[in-house]
Amino acid sequence: MRIADKREPTEYEACMSTRALSLTHTTIGKKMVMAISGLVLFGFVIGHMLGNLQIFLGPDAINGYSHTLHSTPILLWGARSTLLVAIVAHAVTAIGLVRLNRAARPVAYVSKKDVATDYAAKTMFLSGITIALYVVYHLAHLTYGVTKGLGYQHLPVDKNNWPDVYHNVVHSFQVPWCTAVYVLAQLALSMHLYHGAWSLFQSLGLNHERYNETIRSSAVAVAMAVCVGFLAVPIAVFFGVVK
Amino acid sequence: MALQSHCPTGPIEQRWEKHRFNLKLVNPANKRKYEVIVVGSGLAGGAAAASLGELGYKVQCFCYQDSPRRAHSIAAQGGINSAKNYQNDGDSVYRLFYDTVKGGDYRARESNVYRLAEVSLNIIDQCAAQGVPFAREYGGLLDNRSFGGAQVSRTFYARGQTGQQLLLGAYSALERQVAAGTVSMHTRHEMLELIVVDGRARGIITRDLSTGKLETHLADAVVLASGGYGNVFFLSTNAMGCNVTATWRAHKKGAFFANPCFTQIHPTCIPVKGDYQSKLTLMSESLRNDGRVWVPMSAADCDKKPGEIAEADRDYFLERRYPAFGNLVPRDVASRAAKVVCDEGRGVGPGGLGVYLDFRDSIARLGKPKIAERYGNLFDMYHHITDENPYEVPMRIYPAVHYTMGGLWVDYNLMSNVPGLFVLGEANFSDHGANRLGASALMQGLADGYFVIPYTLGDYLAQMTPTSTAKDVTKDHVEVKAAKKAVAERLKTLLEIKGKRTVDSFHRELGKLMWDNCGMARSETGLKGVLEKLPALREEFWKNVCIPGSGEAMNQELEKAGRVADFLELGELMCRDALDRNESCGGHFREESATPEGEAKRDDEQYCYVAAWEYGGEKKAPTLHKEPLEFEHVRLSQRSYK
Amino acid sequence: MKFKLNVWRQANEKSAGGFEKYDIDGITNDHSFLEMLDVLNEKLIVTGKEPVVFDHDCREGICGSCSLVVNGHVHGPQEAATTCQLHMRKFTDGEEITVEPWRAGAFPVIRDLAVDRSAFDRIIQAGGYVSVRTGAAPDANSILVGKDVADRAMDAAACIGCGACVAACPNASAMLFTAAKVRHLNLLPQGQPEKDKRTIRMVTQMDAEGFGACTNHLECEAACPKSISTDFIGELNRDLASAMLRARADRSFTGG
Repeated sequence: MRIADKREPTEYEACMSTRALSLTHTTIGKKMVMAISGLVLFGFVIGHMLGNLQIFLGPDAINGYSHTLHSTPILLWGARSTLLVAIVAHAVTAIGLVRLNRAARPVAYVSKKDVATDYAAKTMFLSGITIALYVVYHLAHLTYGVTKGLGYQHLPVDKNNWPDVYHNVVHSFQVPWCTAVYVLAQLALSMHLYHGAWSLFQSLGLNHERYNETIRSSAVAVAMAVCVGFLAVPIAVFFGVVK
Repeated sequence: MALQSHCPTGPIEQRWEKHRFNLKLVNPANKRKYEVIVVGSGLAGGAAAASLGELGYKVQCFCYQDSPRRAHSIAAQGGINSAKNYQNDGDSVYRLFYDTVKGGDYRARESNVYRLAEVSLNIIDQCAAQGVPFAREYGGLLDNRSFGGAQVSRTFYARGQTGQQLLLGAYSALERQVAAGTVSMHTRHEMLELIVVDGRARGIITRDLSTGKLETHLADAVVLASGGYGNVFFLSTNAMGCNVTATWRAHKKGAFFANPCFTQIHPTCIPVKGDYQSKLTLMSESLRNDGRVWVPMSAADCDKKPGEIAEADRDYFLERRYPAFGNLVPRDVASRAAKVVCDEGRGVGPGGLGVYLDFRDSIARLGKPKIAERYGNLFDMYHHITDENPYEVPMRIYPAVHYTMGGLWVDYNLMSNVPGLFVLGEANFSDHGANRLGASALMQGLADGYFVIPYTLGDYLAQMTPTSTAKDVTKDHVEVKAAKKAVAERLKTLLEIKGKRTVDSFHRELGKLMWDNCGMARSETGLKGVLEKLPALREEFWKNVCIPGSGEAMNQELEKAGRVADFLELGELMCRDALDRNESCGGHFREESATPEGEAKRDDEQYCYVAAWEYGGEKKAPTLHKEPLEFEHVRLSQRSYK
Repeated sequence: MKFKLNVWRQANEKSAGGFEKYDIDGITNDHSFLEMLDVLNEKLIVTGKEPVVFDHDCREGICGSCSLVVNGHVHGPQEAATTCQLHMRKFTDGEEITVEPWRAGAFPVIRDLAVDRSAFDRIIQAGGYVSVRTGAAPDANSILVGKDVADRAMDAAACIGCGACVAACPNASAMLFTAAKVRHLNLLPQGQPEKDKRTIRMVTQMDAEGFGACTNHLECEAACPKSISTDFIGELNRDLASAMLRARADRSFTGG
């Protein structure tokens, strides 16, 4: 059994001979799927955050923004379908990779210590699941207005007949557990984004010795900015700056 | 029996070409019918297996390591010589030939050495094409350095990892053939017996080290490239697994062992620290380019810190004794000089077995950054091992066994006196005479594997019907079965002794006897003393060694025991050879044969020959066969580095 | 010095293993870690017990045989060193030391601390070479290689194939090994003709061996005794993507 030439000839030949000579059949390709879908979702997160920040401009600004989106189906459903594809690709690939990676080490170490990795990198799957669960809740809460027994109200429209985002947000964040869940989800998101942001350069082969440090520190900066941007809203509500 | 070297005659420049033309060829369509076994996967074995596979032979390659890439060739640091003359400094094939014959103290065949120098040109081409990342100049051309005191810069290198990179080149060629199906690679397999049928080598018995299974492998020819036997000294710069078993088994089946006492002691190793020590670490010879070797003038100063010893109280003994070459004298000369000062009680460090290699003056002259650039990794390595910082205190070095020039006797075709048994690389005795020059071992291993054996093996095979067609030797042949049975019995015997001493304790005892009496200096009384002690030690080994476990699983003690059992026999032959050769030449220094100044004195009248020993049988003395050496091109003269 | 050792023992690939505890005494600062295990083994042998099996050979940090996880550190706590280069002065007297083998599905345990790393050989067989016939090479200086390129290829080629990257990776990924091997040849002019084919084949083989995927923990680089940079992994990713794109367009080289 130790004869080194027992090579199964052919995962490669199979891969090369089928029409589906496909990058995504390799672990590297799967990481690229993660990187590209992650990049799309990253873009959404930034856009969403900028949208949220309009709350500081008053109800008309943010409600009007919501109205514009909803009254432009191409924009809304274009964005939604792109996101859906990205989410499905990201999630399915992630689950596949996690299974693969667990199978790659059937017997665990008892004493293994980490030297270089960090909490964010090690908890990518966990933070990903946290974010996914939160997204479900978030959609139920603010998009579909499920409120029954949750302690906050949901108003469908404001005086202009625009979606009353402003009221719904402010009202929800006056409920402490709702704010707490939001804060936790944002922390998970920031960590996930931090590792994802620098990691995607590596996965896509866009790394370079000269820029690696910059990429790493930019990832920290972007993740912090996203965190601050999202948390600004509940904090403002909490301190009564926005009411 | 007269030894036939089969060296071609005529002008030396044309001998190899003429010989190649006269070698028979195997029809390309027939090549795949011939099976060849290659034992060892280092530079010689790996290169041979790859090249033979590529030619179309059916090759089986064996190594005891878990991958062919781990063969000990990997540890060579310095470089590989080639007479490219890329530096335009007057090098030539003839000069490399001349230097090698002279450096080997006139105990190698001129024809072989000339061929080595000639194919050295092809080796660099081959390796560069394989993608070996040799050091380059800014313009993209290959860089060279001067090495081991050579007067020309003919050494090609890849940082301090030349052996590794060359081996990875050979390994990649080998794995390419494995993928192509021409070579079957058997890793974690050790050859334990040679099968000889009707006087020809026809196969080997191996043990699968993972499972303990004994296997019979038959072939039309057997190529041994199993390295040197420096581990007979227990402590050496060899890897822990390096052993003589393959060649010793072949010797006991009739192959002559040539010049077994020719051992190279490398001057720049880290000294021994304690009796638990398992191996010695070599510091690259290149350190002597900038380091100055010294000991205190007076033995009374030996315990002082080196910094406290005034310049006037230091004895830069190499510069003093050899003003022309200074610290760059050849390895054997430097080693002996270090031994002399230590024997005078002027050695430094634990046990007084060490001399200083001091970079103080070079650091002052060139600055620390320059020294760090040249030797940084070596300094770090020294620091790790000794916990001393060589930028601040001088290194301590002492000679250690490094390479064995002796090995199985081979003719010009690299075939031993047993037809069908070829021997390559360090395992044969061929090209280095009594002393090997720096950066020449890699050259010889690759020369044998890439550029000699592919031609000469064909000549042998062309003269016989392939076993696959003739079916004259099968696994049921009486000789084949006997060989396997002998191996099984030997292993069983070893396992059943269940004595009180470990294999290592015997190995250490053997090593000390050999080092003290057959090491850097040999004397008649010392050698005769060991020759009396060794049989008793061997006897005790076979009565009192303890090997736990069984033979049917991975059992590293059993592996070691088999190797040490063979070393115990080899040691005796080495001493016998050293005793018989009452002259000093190269790495072999007989105290009885020295000039009044204590330099080695060769005796060409009586000893200008290769000593090839024939195994005599259990408890019988071996027979000496002499192959006279003739020097038509390099005039015999006493080496002088004064 | 004295130590309490906690060593993984396993009779063979199939059997279940477990930790055994041993006390060891009389060790000095200058003992290497493997020499300490030698002392332990000598003790075990004379008491009729089977010694601990571990891979080792050159004991100077170049052959890549030794493969121990010491107190949770791959190749022990010393940076940029193999297990055989580790000395006991790195430990404190009386310390408890846990020794485990490399853990990866692609590296099955053969016995105790020795594992089967032949998967690496098969990755090389898939394309870790330049197809050059013995004797067919042009003059070495006819291939110009810039010093910066040669130096960087050498940085990658310094890999000793010990498998520390796999052992250290939380996913048991062999990306650092594969990247080093692929990039060494892909960087050099000699490696260009087979660049795409090599990259695809070696990555495919790596996956087929059952190694995990790289998720950029960088543990491999930290554990690597030769400090091979994870930058090579990014470069491998790039090489693979461009090779795949070209491979779709050009079917002439399929079938390999």
